[in-house]
Amino acid sequence: MQSPAIELTNLRKTYRKSGKGAGETEALKGATLSIPQGEFFALLGPNGAGKTTMIGILTGLVVKTSGEVKVNGVSIDEDLSLAKTYIGVVPQEFNFSLFENVQDIVVDQAGYYGIPRDEAIKRAEVLLKELGIWDKRKDKSMALSGGMKRRLMIARALIHKPAILLLDEPTAGVDVELRRGMWKFLRELNEAGTTIVLTTHYLEEAELLSRHVAIISKGNIVANEPMKELLARHGDKKLEDIFLEMTSDDPTP
Amino acid sequence: MSTNAMIVAFYTMMRKEVVRIFRIWSQTLLPPVITTSLYFAIFGAFIGSQIQPIEGFSYMQFIMPGLVMMTVITSAYAHVSSAFFSAKFMKSLEELLVSPMPHWLIIAGFVCAGVIRSFLVSVLVIIVALMFTHITIANMFIILAAGVLTAILFSLAGLLNGIFAKGFDGITIIPNFVLTPLTYLGGIFYSIELLPEPFRTLSLGNPILYMVNAFRHGFLGISDVSLWVSFGITGLVTLILLLLTLWSFSKGTGLRS
Ligand SMILES: Nc1ncnc2c1ncn2[C@@H]1O[C@H](COP(=O)(O)OP(=O)(O)OP(=O)(O)O)[C@@H](O)[C@H]1O
Ligand SMILES: [Mg+2]
Repeated sequence: MQSPAIELTNLRKTYRKSGKGAGETEALKGATLSIPQGEFFALLGPNGAGKTTMIGILTGLVVKTSGEVKVNGVSIDEDLSLAKTYIGVVPQEFNFSLFENVQDIVVDQAGYYGIPRDEAIKRAEVLLKELGIWDKRKDKSMALSGGMKRRLMIARALIHKPAILLLDEPTAGVDVELRRGMWKFLRELNEAGTTIVLTTHYLEEAELLSRHVAIISKGNIVANEPMKELLARHGDKKLEDIFLEMTSDDPTP
Repeated sequence: MSTNAMIVAFYTMMRKEVVRIFRIWSQTLLPPVITTSLYFAIFGAFIGSQIQPIEGFSYMQFIMPGLVMMTVITSAYAHVSSAFFSAKFMKSLEELLVSPMPHWLIIAGFVCAGVIRSFLVSVLVIIVALMFTHITIANMFIILAAGVLTAILFSLAGLLNGIFAKGFDGITIIPNFVLTPLTYLGGIFYSIELLPEPFRTLSLGNPILYMVNAFRHGFLGISDVSLWVSFGITGLVTLILLLLTLWSFSKGTGLRS
C-alpha cells in the first residue's frame, strides 16, 4: 500500500519563551492527521489555532515537542533532508530577499535542492509564465505588488517539482480575478498529481477547492472528514456557520 | 542529498554571494582599500620614514602584513555577520532552511563567502601596498595558510554573531568593542619586543597577535612568536568556533522556534 503523503501522530508543540517573564504556549496539543496522496486538503482554523505551526514542523522551521511526523512514509526524525525534498511551501509571510530579482529568487531556490542552473532557468520560465509574472522577472522583489509576491512564492515552492505543496494563506491580499486564476492553477496542479494542503480564512475558497477538510481550534483537531460529508451532516448550514460552531468558545447556537 | 546535488547547492550559494560582492563593490570592496591606503600613507610613508628599520625591514614593510591581516579579519567578520543577519531578518534564511541542504553545507556556504570577500579585498590592498613599498615573500604557503585560516576563523565568528544577534546593533557591538581593540593591540604596528612588561605578556593572550605574526612570517620571515604556536592557536580557536556553530544550528538557537 502507498504511504500517505503526510501522517501526523499525536503531534505536540509547546513554544517556550526564553528570558524573564517566561511563558509557554501550547500551539498543538496532540494532533493526529493522515493526508493521502493526491488529496486536496483544507486545513482551517481561527487565528492562532496552530496551522502555521503545523506547516512549520513539516518544513523543518519549527521543532516539534513530541509526536511523529512522516512525509511520504519518511519520518522527519530519521531523514529530515529526504522528507524536505518532497515538500514545497508557500509561507504565510513573505520570506525572500527584497534585493534580489524575481528570476534569481526562483532559480537560486532550485539550486538549494541540487537542480543545475540551466535546468532551473528553464523551469523558472515555465512557472513564471504560468503564474503571470514572467514580465517582472528582472524586477527586484520589493517592487512587486502583494499579489505578485504571493505568486513569486508559489513559483519558488514548485521549482523542485515537489509531490506535496503546502500553502499557508496563499490568497491573502489577492484580488478576485487573480484569486480565480490561482484556483484554476492549483486545481490543475492537483489533477496532475500534486497533493495540496491549503490553509485559508476564505471558507468559500476551501469549499470550492478541497475534497477533504480538517478544522483545528486552539491546537486540537475538531473536525476531519470529506468536505461533502461535513456539509451533509449539518443539513443546509453553510461552512462558515459550521466553522464558527466548532471553533467558538461560546456553545450557544 | 546526493554529492552532486550538494555541489550544485554550494555553487548556488557561492555564485549568489560573489555576484552580490561585485554588484555592491563600493560597499564591499572599496572601503577597506581606502582605509588601508590611508594607513600606508600616514603610518608607512609620512611617519614611517622617521622610524628606524625593524629587524632590517622598513616600517612600511613591517606593518604591511598586519594591515592586510586587519583587512582579512574585518572583511570576513563583517561579510558573514551582515549576510547572515539580514537573511535572518528578511526571513530569506528560510529558503535555505526548508531545503534539503545539511547544516554543515549551509555553514560552509556562508564561511566560504566570507573567505572569498576577504581574499578579494586583500589582493586589492596588496596592490595598493605595492605602490608604496617593495614586498618580499619569504614563504607563499605560510601566507596563504595563515590568511585562509584567519578568514575562516573570523567568518565563523561573524556567523555566530549573526545567529545570536537580535537586532542590527547586535552585529556592530562585537566588532567595535572587541575586534577593533584586539586588532590594534595585535602587533600590527609594533613588535611586542618593544613593549614594557606587563603589556608584553598581556599581548600574548591576544589571539590576533598570533595570526598577524604568522602572516608576517610568511612575508618577512620574522615573527615575535613561534610559527607552530601561531598555527596551533588559530587552528584551535577555529575548531571551537566551528563546533559552536554546528551546535547552534543543530539546536536551532536563533534559527528555528
Ligand atoms: N515563534 C513563536 N514563538 C512563540 N509562540 C508562537 C510562535 N509562533 C506561534 N506561536 C503561538 O502559537 C499559537 C499558534 O500560532 P500559529 O501561527 O500556528 O497559528 P495559525 O493557526 O497559523 O494562525 P493565523 O491564522 O493567525 O495564521 C499562537 O498562540 C501563537 O501565538
Ligand atoms: Mg498562520
